[in-house]
Amino acid sequence: MIGNVIGVLFDGLAYGSLLFIIAVGLSVTLGLMNFVNLAHGAFAMVGGYVCVLLMTRLGVPFLATLPIAFIAAAVVGIVLERTLYQRLYKSSHLDQVLFSIGLVFMSIAIATYFFGASQQPVTLPSYLRGQVRVLGLDFGVYRIFLIIVVAALTVALQYIIEKTRFGSQVRASVDNATAAAGLGINVNRVFALTFALGSGLAGLGGGLGIDVLGLDPTFPLKYMVYFLLVVSVGGSGTIKGPLVAALILGVFDVAGKYYLPEIGGFVIYALMVILLILFPAGLYGRRT
Amino acid sequence: MTAQATDVAVSNVPASAGRLPDGRWRPLEIAFWLIPVVCFFLLPNYRVLGSQILITALFAVSLDLILGYAGIVSLGHAAFFGIGAYTAGLLAVHGWHEPLSGLVAAAVVAAIAGYAVSFLVVRGGDLTRLMVTLGIGLMLWEAANKAHSVTGGVDGLSGVTIAPILGMFGFDIGGRTAYVYALVVVFIVFVVIRRIVNSPFGLSLRGIREGGKRMPAIGAPVARRLRMIFTLAAAVAGIAGALLAQTTQFVGIDTLGFPRSAELMIMLVMGGTGRLYGGIVGAAIFMVAQDYLSGIDPVYWQFWIGFFLIVIVLFAHGGILGGLEALRVRLRGRAR
Repeated sequence: MIGNVIGVLFDGLAYGSLLFIIAVGLSVTLGLMNFVNLAHGAFAMVGGYVCVLLMTRLGVPFLATLPIAFIAAAVVGIVLERTLYQRLYKSSHLDQVLFSIGLVFMSIAIATYFFGASQQPVTLPSYLRGQVRVLGLDFGVYRIFLIIVVAALTVALQYIIEKTRFGSQVRASVDNATAAAGLGINVNRVFALTFALGSGLAGLGGGLGIDVLGLDPTFPLKYMVYFLLVVSVGGSGTIKGPLVAALILGVFDVAGKYYLPEIGGFVIYALMVILLILFPAGLYGRRT
Repeated sequence: MTAQATDVAVSNVPASAGRLPDGRWRPLEIAFWLIPVVCFFLLPNYRVLGSQILITALFAVSLDLILGYAGIVSLGHAAFFGIGAYTAGLLAVHGWHEPLSGLVAAAVVAAIAGYAVSFLVVRGGDLTRLMVTLGIGLMLWEAANKAHSVTGGVDGLSGVTIAPILGMFGFDIGGRTAYVYALVVVFIVFVVIRRIVNSPFGLSLRGIREGGKRMPAIGAPVARRLRMIFTLAAAVAGIAGALLAQTTQFVGIDTLGFPRSAELMIMLVMGGTGRLYGGIVGAAIFMVAQDYLSGIDPVYWQFWIGFFLIVIVLFAHGGILGGLEALRVRLRGRAR
């Protein structure tokens, strides 16, 4: 029984860390720049398909595909940001919603056209498969791997945002774009790079997540709520907020589906509505 | 081009700009409502599609009430459509076959649900509203999905048998009765809605949309007005859902789905928000295009819908009716 609980907790943490790595970019666009981007999952999907393509068509080893997934999603992100997103930074939320729904529909259609509607299979390398036995409990190797990768990325992100020059530029631009521009910071470039970094991380998460989240053309729609939820519950302006939110969400979702299979996904939606009612201002974090 | 387009979009002035709404029917409106009547006789093979268009148009008008008039962005409006559809469907399955009372029941149930939800929606900003409506829509979908024994789950609710309307007009395969029934109900509801948005209440909604912070200063109870219109919109969506359930004699779980809410928003924006007729025009064009294009390939259809949505947001603010309006203003300016 106790082993069971620990197992669910562990799976939930692995799942939550995936959600975090995908959604952390959204916490900048939605949380800080106040852009309602429902298409964030599409960048994760780009990363996922890049991984699958490289592995099945070109035989690239799994670990080597991950950085390429990051770069591919980041490039798609920066191109879209420069051509489309940046025109809408000052538009109404309705426009942003419609625009990003349009992107989601197009991404689904494009993915279906090229890869078909079915789930993409992924074969993990043998050293990431199987279980290890610790203190009499079995843990999936891949899930341990996921947690380690995300922990490392979180430390790196924290360092970039808090300690580097680029990080302080991001914080300054987000706090007050006008003043930051007045101090000689190229705000547009900072936003574009931040967007690319966020999309890249989503792509990386998409690649890492094929085994856990699955990958098919409806991916951006299926997980849209989860990403939005991470940002809205976690607040914005920190790395820690979304991380905690994603981990809680992951644990609740896995536990809900495991212990209450009859109501399944209901738990997460109910949680979302309740949290939003309790903290209606939580959405804007430190902005207000 | 862009400057002008945004001008129109920001002020979003309806046709009656500059004078008080008087509720008089203009010739163009009467001509507009003659189109579906003419279609009934000229295109007998398209009556099934026609009644679906009418129903969707009513649904789009109900979204226009909250989005176009009150400025509430909702991503879960299909929830009320689905509630109406399941209410009417379940009544019919369990032995209540009379259609008109089914319609009323659906409206009442949807209105109660809408009233309950409205308290959550009125709080918070755009983003909170958007996510609360989205969350409630998804919750209902999940509930209908899991309650297989009641709703039929993903298989849908079949065995909906509807008695002849007023005991005289039975539903037929060709969709003759369904078309007339849908047209009459949609028209009656539309007349009521038209009256409401042209009333002082409707004007106060527009005031809230344009400057919600100033409205309390002139004594308008913003939260209460928003709750009222949200409830009304939910009831109308419920009627539309019930119409669909009764005319198709089936309720699919997709009546509750997110894609339906999203498509509805697309139709409305395509036609033009805050105009009543925008939703109808958008629904008609969307459904005809969908019928034609998704017959070729459903994947293409989704691609183009996404593409047009982006184009509308970036370049064509105000949708089709907004564009026509701008054109008319420009032509008139030249004539003077």
